[in-house]
Amino acid sequence: MLFGVDDDQLDNVFKALGDPLRRRILDRLAKRPGQSLFEICASSFAEDGRSLSRQTISQHLDMLERAGLVQTHWSGRTKMHTFDNAPLRKAAAAWFNKHLKKGSAT
Amino acid sequence: MRIYVMSVLVDDQAKALDFYTEKLGFIVKHDIPMGAHRWLTVVSKEAPEGTELLLEPSEHPAAGPFKSALVNDGIPAVSFKVDDLNKEFERLRQLGVEFTVEPMDAGTVRMAVFDDTCGNLIQLVEMVEGR
Repeated sequence: MLFGVDDDQLDNVFKALGDPLRRRILDRLAKRPGQSLFEICASSFAEDGRSLSRQTISQHLDMLERAGLVQTHWSGRTKMHTFDNAPLRKAAAAWFNKHLKKGSAT
Repeated sequence: MRIYVMSVLVDDQAKALDFYTEKLGFIVKHDIPMGAHRWLTVVSKEAPEGTELLLEPSEHPAAGPFKSALVNDGIPAVSFKVDDLNKEFERLRQLGVEFTVEPMDAGTVRMAVFDDTCGNLIQLVEMVEGR
Protein backbone atom coordinates (compact mmCIF):
# COMPACT_ATOMS: atom_id res chain seq x y z
CA MET A 1 0.00 0.00 0.00
CA LEU A 2 1.46 3.30 -1.13
CA PHE A 3 0.27 6.78 -0.18
CA GLY A 4 -2.90 5.38 1.38
CA VAL A 5 -4.07 3.58 -1.76
CA ASP A 6 -4.22 -0.19 -2.02
CA ASP A 7 -4.27 -2.20 -5.21
CA ASP A 8 -8.02 -2.77 -5.04
CA GLN A 9 -8.69 0.95 -4.95
CA LEU A 10 -6.26 1.56 -7.81
CA ASP A 11 -7.94 -1.22 -9.80
CA ASN A 12 -11.32 0.42 -9.29
CA VAL A 13 -10.02 3.76 -10.53
CA PHE A 14 -8.31 2.32 -13.60
CA LYS A 15 -11.28 0.11 -14.44
CA ALA A 16 -13.63 3.05 -14.08
CA LEU A 17 -11.45 5.10 -16.43
CA GLY A 18 -11.12 2.26 -18.92
CA ASP A 19 -14.21 3.21 -20.90
CA PRO A 20 -14.70 6.20 -23.21
CA LEU A 21 -18.29 6.75 -22.15
CA ARG A 22 -17.36 6.89 -18.46
CA ARG A 23 -14.52 9.29 -19.22
CA ARG A 24 -16.94 11.54 -21.09
CA ILE A 25 -19.40 11.43 -18.20
CA LEU A 26 -16.55 12.61 -15.92
CA ASP A 27 -15.60 15.36 -18.41
CA ARG A 28 -19.15 16.66 -18.41
CA LEU A 29 -19.52 16.44 -14.63
CA ALA A 30 -16.24 18.35 -14.25
CA LYS A 31 -17.61 21.09 -16.52
CA ARG A 32 -21.03 21.18 -14.90
CA PRO A 33 -21.07 19.76 -11.35
CA GLY A 34 -24.23 18.55 -9.65
CA GLN A 35 -26.24 16.76 -12.36
CA SER A 36 -29.17 14.38 -11.97
CA LEU A 37 -29.34 11.08 -13.86
CA PHE A 38 -31.86 12.69 -16.22
CA GLU A 39 -29.51 15.58 -16.97
CA ILE A 40 -26.54 13.26 -17.57
CA CYS A 41 -28.65 11.23 -20.01
CA ALA A 42 -29.82 14.38 -21.80
CA SER A 43 -26.33 15.79 -22.19
CA SER A 44 -24.92 12.41 -23.26
CA PHE A 45 -27.49 12.35 -26.03
CA ALA A 46 -26.86 15.99 -26.97
CA GLU A 47 -23.09 15.66 -27.13
CA ASP A 48 -22.52 12.10 -28.30
CA GLY A 49 -25.53 11.99 -30.60
CA ARG A 50 -26.55 8.54 -29.44
CA SER A 51 -29.17 7.61 -26.98
CA LEU A 52 -28.19 5.29 -24.14
CA SER A 53 -30.69 3.82 -21.75
CA ARG A 54 -30.95 5.31 -18.28
CA GLN A 55 -30.10 1.89 -16.93
CA THR A 56 -26.81 1.80 -18.85
CA ILE A 57 -25.80 5.26 -17.68
CA SER A 58 -26.88 4.40 -14.16
CA GLN A 59 -24.57 1.36 -14.20
CA HIS A 60 -21.66 3.49 -15.43
CA LEU A 61 -22.34 5.98 -12.64
CA ASP A 62 -22.33 3.16 -10.05
CA MET A 63 -18.89 2.11 -11.22
CA LEU A 64 -17.57 5.68 -11.09
CA GLU A 65 -19.08 6.09 -7.64
CA ARG A 66 -17.42 2.88 -6.39
CA ALA A 67 -14.07 4.21 -7.60
CA GLY A 68 -14.73 7.44 -5.69
CA LEU A 69 -14.61 9.47 -8.91
CA VAL A 70 -18.25 10.50 -8.55
CA GLN A 71 -19.73 11.82 -5.33
CA THR A 72 -23.45 12.18 -4.82
CA HIS A 73 -25.55 14.57 -2.77
CA TRP A 74 -29.24 15.36 -2.53
CA SER A 75 -30.69 18.59 -3.84
CA GLY A 76 -34.19 18.55 -2.44
CA ARG A 77 -35.36 15.07 -3.37
CA THR A 78 -33.15 14.72 -6.44
CA LYS A 79 -29.84 12.85 -6.37
CA MET A 80 -27.03 14.91 -7.89
CA HIS A 81 -23.67 13.66 -9.17
CA THR A 82 -20.35 15.51 -9.02
CA PHE A 83 -16.83 14.65 -10.21
CA ASP A 84 -14.22 14.18 -7.47
CA ASN A 85 -10.62 14.16 -8.68
CA ALA A 86 -9.14 12.96 -5.35
CA PRO A 87 -8.77 9.34 -6.58
CA LEU A 88 -6.83 10.66 -9.61
CA ARG A 89 -4.40 12.49 -7.34
CA LYS A 90 -3.97 9.35 -5.25
CA ALA A 91 -3.43 7.22 -8.35
CA ALA A 92 -0.85 9.71 -9.59
CA ALA A 93 0.95 9.72 -6.26
CA ALA A 94 0.82 5.94 -5.91
CA TRP A 95 1.76 4.89 -9.42
CA PHE A 96 2.00 7.38 -12.29
CA ASN A 97 4.49 9.77 -10.74
CA LYS A 98 6.94 7.00 -9.92
CA HIS A 99 7.40 6.29 -13.62
CA LEU A 100 6.96 9.80 -14.91
CA LYS A 101 9.83 11.03 -12.72
CA LYS A 102 12.16 8.33 -14.03
CA GLY A 103 11.28 9.04 -17.64
CA SER A 104 11.25 12.81 -17.42
CA ALA A 105 15.00 13.16 -17.98
CA THR A 106 14.88 11.80 -21.52
CA MET B 1 -58.99 9.27 -32.33
CA ARG B 2 -57.48 12.31 -30.65
CA ILE B 3 -55.62 13.00 -27.42
CA TYR B 4 -57.78 15.45 -25.47
CA VAL B 5 -56.51 15.13 -21.91
CA MET B 6 -53.32 14.04 -20.17
CA SER B 7 -52.78 14.03 -16.44
CA VAL B 8 -50.19 15.05 -13.91
CA LEU B 9 -50.48 13.54 -10.43
CA VAL B 10 -50.58 16.36 -7.88
CA ASP B 11 -50.28 16.15 -4.08
CA ASP B 12 -52.93 18.84 -3.55
CA GLN B 13 -55.40 20.02 -6.19
CA ALA B 14 -55.97 23.50 -4.72
CA LYS B 15 -52.24 24.14 -4.46
CA ALA B 16 -51.73 22.75 -7.96
CA LEU B 17 -54.44 25.02 -9.33
CA ASP B 18 -52.62 28.06 -7.91
CA PHE B 19 -49.29 26.98 -9.29
CA TYR B 20 -50.48 25.96 -12.75
CA THR B 21 -52.59 29.09 -13.26
CA GLU B 22 -50.81 31.86 -11.31
CA LYS B 23 -47.20 30.84 -11.96
CA LEU B 24 -47.37 28.93 -15.24
CA GLY B 25 -50.22 31.02 -16.66
CA PHE B 26 -52.57 28.23 -17.77
CA ILE B 27 -56.35 28.75 -17.61
CA VAL B 28 -59.02 26.50 -16.09
CA LYS B 29 -61.02 24.53 -18.64
CA HIS B 30 -63.09 22.29 -16.37
CA ASP B 31 -63.58 22.33 -12.62
CA ILE B 32 -66.21 19.75 -11.71
CA PRO B 33 -66.74 18.56 -8.12
CA MET B 34 -66.38 14.78 -7.82
CA GLY B 35 -66.76 13.72 -4.22
CA ALA B 36 -63.62 14.48 -2.24
CA HIS B 37 -61.82 15.68 -5.37
CA ARG B 38 -62.46 17.61 -8.57
CA TRP B 39 -62.22 16.95 -12.28
CA LEU B 40 -59.84 19.82 -12.74
CA THR B 41 -58.25 20.55 -16.09
CA VAL B 42 -56.21 23.47 -17.42
CA VAL B 43 -55.24 24.55 -20.93
CA SER B 44 -52.69 26.90 -22.39
CA LYS B 45 -53.85 30.45 -23.16
CA GLU B 46 -52.04 30.02 -26.47
CA ALA B 47 -54.18 26.97 -27.33
CA PRO B 48 -57.45 27.06 -25.37
CA GLU B 49 -58.91 24.33 -27.60
CA GLY B 50 -55.78 22.22 -27.32
CA THR B 51 -55.01 19.20 -25.15
CA GLU B 52 -56.12 19.60 -21.55
CA LEU B 53 -53.94 18.84 -18.56
CA LEU B 54 -55.77 17.07 -15.76
CA LEU B 55 -54.53 17.97 -12.27
CA GLU B 56 -55.20 14.53 -10.86
CA PRO B 57 -54.99 13.74 -7.13
CA SER B 58 -52.07 11.40 -6.36
CA GLU B 59 -54.32 9.34 -4.16
CA HIS B 60 -53.51 5.84 -5.40
CA PRO B 61 -50.95 4.09 -3.14
CA ALA B 62 -48.64 3.57 -6.13
CA ALA B 63 -48.59 7.28 -7.00
CA GLY B 64 -46.26 8.33 -4.16
CA PRO B 65 -43.46 5.80 -4.79
CA PHE B 66 -43.76 6.35 -8.56
CA LYS B 67 -43.44 10.13 -8.26
CA SER B 68 -40.58 9.89 -5.75
CA ALA B 69 -38.60 7.53 -7.97
CA LEU B 70 -38.90 9.94 -10.90
CA VAL B 71 -37.87 12.95 -8.80
CA ASN B 72 -34.88 11.05 -7.33
CA ASP B 73 -33.48 10.57 -10.81
CA GLY B 74 -34.48 14.08 -11.92
CA ILE B 75 -36.98 12.80 -14.48
CA PRO B 76 -39.84 15.16 -15.47
CA ALA B 77 -43.45 13.98 -15.26
CA VAL B 78 -44.59 16.17 -18.16
CA SER B 79 -43.08 18.49 -20.72
CA PHE B 80 -44.30 21.88 -21.99
CA LYS B 81 -43.16 23.63 -25.16
CA VAL B 82 -42.12 27.30 -25.12
CA ASP B 83 -41.01 29.68 -27.86
CA ASP B 84 -38.28 31.39 -25.83
CA LEU B 85 -36.78 29.24 -23.08
CA ASN B 86 -34.52 31.91 -21.58
CA LYS B 87 -37.39 34.37 -21.33
CA GLU B 88 -39.69 31.81 -19.71
CA PHE B 89 -36.91 30.70 -17.35
CA GLU B 90 -36.36 34.30 -16.19
CA ARG B 91 -40.08 34.96 -15.83
CA LEU B 92 -40.67 31.85 -13.71
CA ARG B 93 -37.55 32.39 -11.63
CA GLN B 94 -38.78 35.88 -10.78
CA LEU B 95 -41.99 34.25 -9.55
CA GLY B 96 -39.99 32.05 -7.20
CA VAL B 97 -40.18 28.82 -9.22
CA GLU B 98 -37.29 26.49 -8.38
CA PHE B 99 -35.35 25.04 -11.28
CA THR B 100 -33.44 21.78 -10.94
CA VAL B 101 -31.93 22.15 -14.42
CA GLU B 102 -31.21 25.62 -15.83
CA PRO B 103 -31.55 26.07 -19.60
CA MET B 104 -29.17 23.69 -21.41
CA ASP B 105 -28.64 22.24 -24.88
CA ALA B 106 -30.04 18.75 -25.42
CA GLY B 107 -29.46 17.98 -29.08
CA THR B 108 -32.34 19.21 -31.22
CA VAL B 109 -33.89 21.09 -28.31
CA ARG B 110 -32.98 23.35 -25.41
CA MET B 111 -34.50 22.40 -22.10
CA ALA B 112 -34.88 23.28 -18.44
CA VAL B 113 -36.56 21.51 -15.51
CA PHE B 114 -38.43 22.96 -12.54
CA ASP B 115 -40.33 21.75 -9.45
CA ASP B 116 -44.13 22.15 -9.58
CA THR B 117 -44.35 22.10 -5.71
CA CYS B 118 -46.91 19.28 -6.03
CA GLY B 119 -44.44 16.41 -6.20
CA ASN B 120 -43.37 16.63 -9.85
CA LEU B 121 -40.58 17.89 -12.01
CA ILE B 122 -41.69 19.65 -15.18
CA GLN B 123 -39.65 20.04 -18.33
CA LEU B 124 -39.69 23.10 -20.56
CA VAL B 125 -38.55 22.60 -24.12
CA GLU B 126 -37.67 25.02 -26.90
CA MET B 127 -37.26 23.54 -30.37
CA VAL B 128 -34.07 24.72 -32.00
CA GLU B 129 -34.20 25.48 -35.72
CA GLY B 130 -31.79 23.74 -38.00
CA ARG B 131 -30.59 21.06 -35.60
